[in-house]
Amino acid sequence: MSPRVVFPNRMLPYLLLAPQLAITLVFFYWPASQALYQSVLREDPFGLASRYVGLDNFRRVLADPNYINSIEVTAIFSVATAALAMSTALLLAVMADKVIRGRGIYRTLMIWPYAVAPAIAGMLWLFMFNPTMGTFAYMLRATGYNWDPLLNGPQAMTLVIAAAAWKQISYNFLFFVAGLQAIPKTLIEAAAIDGAGETKRFWTIVFPLLAPTTFFLLVVNTVYAFFDTFGIIHAVTGGGPGKSTETLVYKVYNDGFVNLLFGSSAAQSVILMVIVIAMTAVQFRYVEKKVHYG
Amino acid sequence: MPDRPMIEIASVTRTYGKFNALDDASLSIRPGEFFSLLGPSGCGKTTLLRMIGGFDTPTSGTITIDGQPMLGIPANRRPTNMVFQSYAIFPHLDVEQNVAYGLKRLRLDPAEERRRIDEALAQVSLAGFGKRRATELSGGQRQRVALARALVMRPKVLLLDEPLSALDKKLREQMQVELRTLQKAVGITFVLVTHDQYEALAMSDRIAVMFGGRIAQVAAPKDIYQRPVNRQVADFLGGMNFIQAALVGENGTAIEVETMGFGRVTTPKPAQWSGKGGAVTIGIRPERLRVLWDQETARHELSGTVVDRHYFGEITHLVVAIPGMDAPLSVTETNDFGADDIPVGAQIRIAYEPDALVAMAD
Repeated sequence: MSPRVVFPNRMLPYLLLAPQLAITLVFFYWPASQALYQSVLREDPFGLASRYVGLDNFRRVLADPNYINSIEVTAIFSVATAALAMSTALLLAVMADKVIRGRGIYRTLMIWPYAVAPAIAGMLWLFMFNPTMGTFAYMLRATGYNWDPLLNGPQAMTLVIAAAAWKQISYNFLFFVAGLQAIPKTLIEAAAIDGAGETKRFWTIVFPLLAPTTFFLLVVNTVYAFFDTFGIIHAVTGGGPGKSTETLVYKVYNDGFVNLLFGSSAAQSVILMVIVIAMTAVQFRYVEKKVHYG
Repeated sequence: MPDRPMIEIASVTRTYGKFNALDDASLSIRPGEFFSLLGPSGCGKTTLLRMIGGFDTPTSGTITIDGQPMLGIPANRRPTNMVFQSYAIFPHLDVEQNVAYGLKRLRLDPAEERRRIDEALAQVSLAGFGKRRATELSGGQRQRVALARALVMRPKVLLLDEPLSALDKKLREQMQVELRTLQKAVGITFVLVTHDQYEALAMSDRIAVMFGGRIAQVAAPKDIYQRPVNRQVADFLGGMNFIQAALVGENGTAIEVETMGFGRVTTPKPAQWSGKGGAVTIGIRPERLRVLWDQETARHELSGTVVDRHYFGEITHLVVAIPGMDAPLSVTETNDFGADDIPVGAQIRIAYEPDALVAMAD
């Protein structure tokens, strides 16, 4: 335990916290409370008046088969994106850990994709795999594979997952590299002297000791897949074809800002908020118990 | 084959770029020996240990363990195991899992595995601690786990890289005794790396003192302490009075020198005697000089004036100026007869035995 430090001036700590508190209040609590407020209202078709309808919006949303579909899409998308982004990043980090010559350059290059905006990342992948002009789409078709993400739902899903995972790999890579470096070299040597091969060492020593990093990234990646991938989906598929890539966040946007169903959209936001809070709580409550902090 | 050395190090050199971490080192370690590599940091002792263990490769020279050349043999296929300075306890495993880690690779039957784990834990007095998390252990207990993990693999040679340096003084002294007892009980060859001369003296059968990548002297603790080959070794192992002397004669095994203060002295030739005449350094340990009380007399005595004194509880350190000597002598005297009451400025007489005087190569 570090000793308690007391500020001499009683106002100073509040002053120092004020900017962060202001940001949280203005950009989180206020919109969240607005969503809660809107979710129990319904607007008339002309947007001139709204009236209180209680939980009616929630009832309608949860009874809507499109919404249930969206939950499924989100589940598949999030799990696949997080799994792909994390496993690829871990593989690259383990490889990068072995590179000795030029490791700085290698790592720097690996981090660059993180600086690309989601919409731009989406556009890059869209161009590469666009069925009419994409280079990779052309190559895929040349092998005889019927590649058409504009009409084929699972293919569209694969494309957005790949784009979303690609962008997140850099971030995960950075943390995994740091995590690997934090593992004392003598532990690896001690395992080696006891006869454990490289693969065995990874699964019995390295991977368990990386658990805090992996857990942290699991939480971050889940939140990322839920919210921050909006730009990618918007740029690549717009939720289509059909509603095959319409995630919960995308549906909130679609119903609220395109279809102008404010009440329904607000209700969906609230449900989404509850889902994410619940998932994070579950991760901290159960997954973290298996995590060993060195 | 009792005569075959357990470890044979022949002209081993290790360079990192232009830096010679180890320079033409040759050593022979006997089976069942407690051998220490002693020296200041950067002297190459850890480099040598890591090469014996297979974590580093000699730039030139050969290492042979139990008759087998070790070139190209990885750490896990050598008959060695290692206790790391930081213990390298796997923090996510409990004590038993830590000890069993290497055994799992051997695929023993469960009963045999159990027996060996229990045996190893008992050897290090950790019986009953098997289910503790590694993070719940004290420094001394972690040390024991690391030891058990190495012993359970039944190596022919156990390498210890400053294993006690992280412990406090009391615990360190206790562990020194335990390690020594354990080594005698299991009969495994121990190679210890340490920068603590007391640790090396207290535990080892033999010590190699190293400086700047070179082995300066290999000998039993008493010989290293009493008959150091040069000033550097003498200085590293404890206090030493250095006295300038001039060579007056020599034969096959001894030299005769004329010293300041101690007169004409005959002493055994130092191990690395260059054979050149002229100036010689003679040394005597401060505790080999004894204060003479009142009517007491000795065959060999000096007299002088106390110019400084340092009190250390059970001993007092006197600095005594002797007429005719260019530097004062350090005298360490136990306080049982009142050496702590001798004031600065007092005239005292000091007794010594001529065989405590040692000639050094430089």
